[in-house]
Amino acid sequence: MSSVPKQLQYTEEHEWVRREDDGTVVIGITDHAQQQLGELVYVELPEVGRTLKPGDAMAVVESTKAASDVYAPLAGAVRAVNPALTAEPELVNTDPYGAGWLVRLQAADSQLSGLLDASAYTALLDAAD
Amino acid sequence: MREPLIFDQGRPGRRAPSQAPAVAAATDDLPAALLRRTPPPLPEVSELQVVRHFTRLSQLNFSIDTHFYPLGSCTMKYNPRAANKLAMLPGFLDRHPLEPEAHAQGFLECLFDLQEMLKAATGMSGVSLTPMAGAQGEFAGVAMIRAYHQSRGDTARDQIIVPDAAHGTNPATATMCGCDVVEIPTGPDGDVDLAALRQVVGPRTAGIMLTNPSTLGVFERRIAEIAEVVHGAGGLLYYDGANLNAILGRTLPAAMGFDVVHINLHKTFSTPHGGGGPGAGIVAVNDRLEPFLPIPIVGRRDGAGGHEYRWLAEAERPRSIGRLSGFMGNAGILLRAYVYMRLLGAEGMRRVSGYATLNANYLMKRLAAAGFTPAFPQRRASHEFIISLKDVTRDTGVSAMDFAKALLDKGFHAPTTYFPMLVPECLLIEPTESEARQELDAFAQALIEIRDLAFKDAAEVKSAPRTMPVRRLDDVRAAKQLDLTWQSRADSPAVSPR
Amino acid sequence: MPFIPHTTEDTAAMLGAIGARTIEDLFDEIPPALRVDGLPGVPVGLSEAAVTRLMRERAARNRATLCFLGAGAYEHHIPAAVWEIATRGEFYSAYTPYQAEASQGTLQLIYEYQSMLAGLTGLEVSNASLYDGATAFAEACLMAVRGARQARARRIAVPRYMNPVWLKVARALVAGQDIELVELAAAAGRTDLDALATLDGQDFAAVCIPYPNFLGGFEPVDELTNWAHARGMLVIAACNPTALALLKPPGEWGEKGADIACGEGQPLGIPLSSGGPYFGFLTCRKALVRQMPGRLVGGTLDVDGRPGFTLTLQAREQHIRRSKATSNICTNQGLMVTAATIYLSLLGSEGLRRVAAQCHANTLELVRALASVGGITAPSAPFFHEAVLTLPRPVAPVLQQLAAAGILGGYDLSADFPELGSALLVCATELRTAEDIAAYRRALAGVLGVAVAA
Repeated sequence: MSSVPKQLQYTEEHEWVRREDDGTVVIGITDHAQQQLGELVYVELPEVGRTLKPGDAMAVVESTKAASDVYAPLAGAVRAVNPALTAEPELVNTDPYGAGWLVRLQAADSQLSGLLDASAYTALLDAAD
Repeated sequence: MREPLIFDQGRPGRRAPSQAPAVAAATDDLPAALLRRTPPPLPEVSELQVVRHFTRLSQLNFSIDTHFYPLGSCTMKYNPRAANKLAMLPGFLDRHPLEPEAHAQGFLECLFDLQEMLKAATGMSGVSLTPMAGAQGEFAGVAMIRAYHQSRGDTARDQIIVPDAAHGTNPATATMCGCDVVEIPTGPDGDVDLAALRQVVGPRTAGIMLTNPSTLGVFERRIAEIAEVVHGAGGLLYYDGANLNAILGRTLPAAMGFDVVHINLHKTFSTPHGGGGPGAGIVAVNDRLEPFLPIPIVGRRDGAGGHEYRWLAEAERPRSIGRLSGFMGNAGILLRAYVYMRLLGAEGMRRVSGYATLNANYLMKRLAAAGFTPAFPQRRASHEFIISLKDVTRDTGVSAMDFAKALLDKGFHAPTTYFPMLVPECLLIEPTESEARQELDAFAQALIEIRDLAFKDAAEVKSAPRTMPVRRLDDVRAAKQLDLTWQSRADSPAVSPR
Repeated sequence: MPFIPHTTEDTAAMLGAIGARTIEDLFDEIPPALRVDGLPGVPVGLSEAAVTRLMRERAARNRATLCFLGAGAYEHHIPAAVWEIATRGEFYSAYTPYQAEASQGTLQLIYEYQSMLAGLTGLEVSNASLYDGATAFAEACLMAVRGARQARARRIAVPRYMNPVWLKVARALVAGQDIELVELAAAAGRTDLDALATLDGQDFAAVCIPYPNFLGGFEPVDELTNWAHARGMLVIAACNPTALALLKPPGEWGEKGADIACGEGQPLGIPLSSGGPYFGFLTCRKALVRQMPGRLVGGTLDVDGRPGFTLTLQAREQHIRRSKATSNICTNQGLMVTAATIYLSLLGSEGLRRVAAQCHANTLELVRALASVGGITAPSAPFFHEAVLTLPRPVAPVLQQLAAAGILGGYDLSADFPELGSALLVCATELRTAEDIAAYRRALAGVLGVAVAA
């Protein structure tokens, strides 16, 4: 069983999104996604300042057996990327919702639309089993 | 058993003196700024050390010449020694690729004959031998499809349809050619989902890439309907010849409705795999694609003294997609395939597919009778078949990978694992026609014993291999602490002092 | 039945186990309308003795000549041990080393190869090889576009005297991805540095520098490297591997060194073999390793902590990354790399340097000898082991007459580079002797109708 924190929002592509007090959003991949990939050996992150449209491939997470694109769940400009992942990509495995975050975006819209809440994402995972 | 790196076996000043000029010629006319200041880090060893080192390295390998190698989709059949010996005759080997045609009539005649035989084996009307591997053949095929549409002013066709079970090279090739990839699913019987195909074809369809029999080890029975749907939408059909061995002399890609084919000569026509190459991925096409074939091609005309063979290149083939190699593809590999085909002849080729299919169906039946789960038990196997170990994995935790490693300890190379990705915990098994029934029986027995052990002592299976030069390797470490070259410093990661 | 071991009894028993009557029955899923019952157009099979006779007869029709032709493929001495060992069945008939535990021989050999090529080029990382020099150059261009800092730059600057066939191949291979190869202006047989200013303001992903260039001479490698780096471009070196034993490696060009090196591996123990198989090499700085196409072997440890080798960074490759792979390439030229690694081990750095120096000295001698035949102009700038001679009349008929006399006189440059006039590219590797050179001089004098002293 993978963990799905209540306070986050999710995408069907197994990303999570957290709104911060300063209006930015933080994005990572879910516990389920990291389990599917296996131990990560490399994370490719976007350049700070890059403008993203929803659905743009913004990062790549790579294990020895697979490499997956991580898509921008919403429009915005990259404000920061997680610098710790260069040396320790496995943080995504050990702490996917915390120290293993990927990207911080300045969202273009103040509303987060089209995302799943925790129960909808859990239902999605159950349906796939 | 370990063999030290060649670099660690040297002593400063040691050489193999008979292999280089006895004195160092002067180079003082060259500008000093261009000269190398420190010598490259090459080993300093004797000729005997070199011979011994590489002979020992060879002994750390499994190969067709030493082991049963039932690697699905790779056609690891016997590579006749005659093909190697005859392709390395000095008259072929010492020939500069740019020698005048008049000096190369014997070589060109072999290639011309090979072109003709490959036309016959595919039912196509044109052949180019230049692609140097299957993936390059695919590139040539998709590039020709694009060139064909563009030559008709049909410029919007930029999508290539690929089944989900396809080799990874198919979508990678489409991308390299600037196309978008549209994936279609496979139905439960192993055939392409025709309804899904009908939905995706349209004015953007450039073509479809299919392997038949597919990578699932079954013949695509509705291929004629697929051809109708794709042609009806204005697209062309690409035949990935990876599995041609299964149908050689039984049906023809042209008869199935394909417009272009690549053939992996290192599979069906038994040229060596060489530890990962060189291969050859010749392409054959029908009339509509013929003008676009990659160059050069060998042509023949009647001269004063009989046939005259010559290169057809830019001047004769102005609509070609161009050149794909510096000279003439993997010429020596083409000669090996030519020798093999002459040894087989038409009847031998039909026997290849017959006995390859016999071996696969026999082994599948044996394993099914022993309680293994074929992926498509209701279907005939082609020259290969899939078993899924999902149930064993569920009950014991022993995975397809564990089976693969345990097979190595029993003296068998592992089948292809985890491909196609559609079938969980799968082994894709291709025995080839050159293996005897007794070898297949022994292999089936080995799988049965591993499964029995999995139920008794799963940890024992998971600890395999134990008899190989190394045990299971840490892939994560290899990817994270990249160690790709020898460093003369003693502190380099994997090269510990011995 | 060649290569099929089944006895009649085996076949009957196997069909019985399957529940089929004949082998034909096993093809019952092929719709009848699609079936064929033979391959007219393929001749009947022959015995090994008969095929041997046929191939010997055809090989003998390929006429032997004295070779002064290079232009991308070079006749060097190949130690007997190279192919004796490379064609051992354990190398020859092994597959790609996906099962690492059963492929340590191939894997360790590739690791050693990677180390040697990285060392020769002065860069940090090498892949396990590509098809040939021309395709390695094309892949280097694609790699540079992926790795370029100027994300939208899809153009590569290439000197005029780049191998013209490599340019054709690269154009064919990158055409689908809207990448453009742009020619740099030349003066006196090399890139004209003064003309570079006309490119200011244009975006390029990289410049590719041939080393030596197609005319056998030297580009201003340091100046071009610094020029490119100052504009945020990558630098690709396209080099002759024999020359690298003698010449400054690309990793030391200019202030920061080239970023990528590629080239044709044929000179390293691979026979001319009518054009292939050869192999292409590709090396780069470590920062670009994830942009690299093809296989890579890395060292690691097994579960007992013992060192071993495995394919690594496979997630970049087509079998995992599919439509997003760095390239569609699947093979490396494994057998060729086996030969090259044995070759480089036998030669060592001193042996390879002597081969390179002897090629250079022999070509100098060849140029001196041929230029002493009246009406022939020798080059004034330095060269490695190829040089351009200007003849007093069109090259093609001269080469034809030389060929009739058993001499491959060189490569006619006039079609690719008309600005050079009646230009002939000649080459003398370490295998050419003083007698060979004298024979060429006599033959050329005869063809040109000039009397020369013996």
